[in-house]
Amino acid sequence: MSYSAPRGKENITPHPYGTNTQMHKLMGFPFTMFCKGCGYGSIAQAICRVFKEENLQEELFPFIVNIGCYSSMPTVLPGKTFMTLHGRGIAVATGVKMANPKLKPISIHGDGDLLSIGTNHFLHGARRNVDMIVILLNNNIYGMTGGQLAPTTPMGSKTSTTPYRYGEEPIDAVELAKVSGATYIARWNTSTIRDFMKSFKKALHHKGFSFIEIVSQCPTQFGHKNNLPKALDGFNFIKNNSIRINKAKDMSPEELKGKYIIGEHLDIDRPTLWDRKSQIIEKLKD
Amino acid sequence: MNKDEILKRSVYTGTHLLEGNVAMAEGCIAAGCRFFAGYPITPQSEVPEHMAKRLPEVGGVFMQMEDEIASISAVVGATLTGKKAMSSTSGPGFALMQETLSWANLIEMPLVVANVQRVGPGSGVVSLPTHGDITQIKRGGNGEYEVIAIAPNSCQELFDLSIVAFNLAEIWRVPTFILSDAWLGHMREKVVIPEPEEIKKRIVPRPEYIPAENETEGRPQIYTTANKDFTEFNIPAFPPLGSKHFPYWWISLTHSQISGMITETPSVADNTNMTINYKISKNEAKISIVKRYQLDDAEIAIITYGTPSRSALEAVNECRKEGIKVGLLRLVTVWPIAETAIREVAEKVKQIIVPEMNLGQIAEQIERFAFHTDGQRIPVHRVSHTAILHTPKEIIDKIKEIIQ
Repeated sequence: MSYSAPRGKENITPHPYGTNTQMHKLMGFPFTMFCKGCGYGSIAQAICRVFKEENLQEELFPFIVNIGCYSSMPTVLPGKTFMTLHGRGIAVATGVKMANPKLKPISIHGDGDLLSIGTNHFLHGARRNVDMIVILLNNNIYGMTGGQLAPTTPMGSKTSTTPYRYGEEPIDAVELAKVSGATYIARWNTSTIRDFMKSFKKALHHKGFSFIEIVSQCPTQFGHKNNLPKALDGFNFIKNNSIRINKAKDMSPEELKGKYIIGEHLDIDRPTLWDRKSQIIEKLKD
Repeated sequence: MNKDEILKRSVYTGTHLLEGNVAMAEGCIAAGCRFFAGYPITPQSEVPEHMAKRLPEVGGVFMQMEDEIASISAVVGATLTGKKAMSSTSGPGFALMQETLSWANLIEMPLVVANVQRVGPGSGVVSLPTHGDITQIKRGGNGEYEVIAIAPNSCQELFDLSIVAFNLAEIWRVPTFILSDAWLGHMREKVVIPEPEEIKKRIVPRPEYIPAENETEGRPQIYTTANKDFTEFNIPAFPPLGSKHFPYWWISLTHSQISGMITETPSVADNTNMTINYKISKNEAKISIVKRYQLDDAEIAIITYGTPSRSALEAVNECRKEGIKVGLLRLVTVWPIAETAIREVAEKVKQIIVPEMNLGQIAEQIERFAFHTDGQRIPVHRVSHTAILHTPKEIIDKIKEIIQ
């Protein structure tokens, strides 16, 4: 079997960081399957850049990818990828980390994936302080299945399953991570990609459960139904609804309702799961 | 700790009085299990309890996860990273695992799950035995797949066959199941555990991935391939996660068996399903283990597995004393169904009795093969209970009833 670039894309100059992706290494060209205007491509690019800048050994930082819009992201990710079932990434990563403590799994999740079907694993992964990174790509909707209500969809939004704009109170993943016991927590959006890169670098060197949420626009599913049809509309909607954490400190809960508080929320040190497990194994050696 | 020290520690040599669940846990550790993830559920809770105590001694990791879904997911993760790993559960927990087990079958993960069955449906009766999960083991998940399941009938066998279960998982690269039940798990019997050197000879280690031998066009060959008629199978070793040779995108979707890549081509998806199914079902004669007893001149055959085979053995001995020609075929491996052995027995006998702790889940399978060579159908009688272990008398009464 031989591969060539998709039809009509033979003469496109590859993206400077495209050469870092696995797809490029394997097939000679990078491509994404994301919709037009989706923010996930830029997030993947940021991850590629961090991998290149940090000069990481790709096999030691495996990506655990679950099921969601971002499932096709491995085509533009820089490392080895293991795809699991819907929402089970953190449980799988716990097994991976315990079987080979040298690895640092990076589990990539969507909002439905992490906050709906896989919430249980998220809480307990953070509680155990498994030495891993969880990246939440939050597009506020179930994109791949056709735009249904997600646990993060803002109150009163129109989705495929809320045609009368009946809404449910959305969940705040950062607060959830805090009470569960994560040791590094940050939230960014697609307009603060450089900050996301800094956070991601920090998380790579952080020992413990790191959680980074990144809010992205979804013009195809969320935008079209909620009067934000262009990529820039969604981008600006998120940007205007985001408040830096140092500003948010002086604001009342009423003012903060429905806003994304972006920034670094927590950075502490606590013994990880492997620290405790290895202590026991060492103790029992003699 | 060096390898010899670990081996020595992993084998609990000697003659002991062990509970069934503990004997099984010891068997798994001796077989090389170094990762266990589980969730407490009666009647299997002694397995995680014993694993929590023993695994750190041999450098292994015990995890009590948040639920059975997480347990089996962690086991898949650990297996993929190169450890021999297992989980254990009972009926309701086993139902929760099905989604992941279906996936583990698709990606051919050599893991082991012990199901200490309890009466169902629903929450059931926690302390009574059953074999109600027999069909669920193979038909519980989405899609179609074939598994290997082993049914021990004593504490000694729970130890010995646990090693066999791990070996079969490695040889055929398939999730393998140990079928215990509430009574077997809580029974205490004499268990003789041999020297570590003796155990070492019995263990099949995880095959090492050698790039030069396992590559197709420069990419790792991670899945089983078969010839056109599905008669010959090449089951490759897989590169563990964390090694340089791990493929760049190991997917959980239906894939091409050759490239490992996502497919939407009907013929390729068809080939994948056929390969993972026929890998087991067409090699049934090589995989299945049966025990034959007094079958040479038998006119009536008892075919059974697991705990009821103890009552059946007693019934055969009693009947033989009275001059009734009865024999016993014990299915040590329940799945894949031992077609060759059952056909061979069916050709010689006039009637078959199947005592089961369910309403005939294996009897249905046996009916498929219960024919003489001339095509004449032979009757398959069921002695069914769902929560009671058969007494030998009950089986003897049935035998006397059918010969009249």
